[in-house]
Amino acid sequence: MIPLSWYLALSAALFSVGVYGVLARKNAVAILMSVELMLNAVNINLVAFWHYLTPTAVSGMAFALIVFAVAAAEAAVGLALIISIYRRRQTVVAEDVNLMKF
Amino acid sequence: MTGLQITFLVVAAAILASAVLVVTARNLVHAALWLIATLFGMAILFVLLQAGFLAAVQVVVYIGAIAILIIFAIMLTRRVMQDTGPQTNSQWWLGGLLAAALLAAIAYTLFRVDQQGAFPLANVPIPDSSLAELGKALVSPDFYMIPLVVIGVLLAVGMVGSIAIARDEREKE
Repeated sequence: MIPLSWYLALSAALFSVGVYGVLARKNAVAILMSVELMLNAVNINLVAFWHYLTPTAVSGMAFALIVFAVAAAEAAVGLALIISIYRRRQTVVAEDVNLMKF
Repeated sequence: MTGLQITFLVVAAAILASAVLVVTARNLVHAALWLIATLFGMAILFVLLQAGFLAAVQVVVYIGAIAILIIFAIMLTRRVMQDTGPQTNSQWWLGGLLAAALLAAIAYTLFRVDQQGAFPLANVPIPDSSLAELGKALVSPDFYMIPLVVIGVLLAVGMVGSIAIARDEREKE
């Protein structure tokens, strides 16, 4: 049997990789990809806890499904924003889009 | 070490390696392909966790929809950052430091909690009817009917919103 802590450790490592990607990448599409990595790490956590702690309830799977739907909506709106910014400013570099920067 | 554990370790190593490549690859199309590899590894993990339905959803929604959407966006915005110049901003080391600190904090907490045996493991098998139960719970007012409706509204608003945002306004003139 695989220990629960292995799943949690993998998910923590994956989340950290995603955090690094969000903070360090220049390209906005790459930042979105890193966000997807982080959402996936959370999903592993949810399903692992469901499998090991409450296998007779459905809450873990229901939460994971909601995360899927939110991730889909987030990707659609985020990519639409990037394409709109690209059309107006000819750039997808996150630090060049600084109109609202204080 | 059992076969399941070896499978997990191999899949976990593959997931981590491709995730690191997602955030470090210079070519964005390569990064997107590594992202697909990562997502596929997650689907295998869901199978190991006996959540076959979620594995199927992972392949259909993540690989089939989100990854394709990302590749489309990369191709539509391609001319700008074509593999020239650094792909990371000037504060990449700060981000790396923060990510490492986060990982260390989580690992420390996990180690402490695991040592105390704080996870009340259920040790009962997953019932065969869990998928049917999930379906019933999603439409039952006592469980997740309202979240399901909210998710439906969110997806509809997201779809309309992304069309409205991405539409070329010069077409109207």
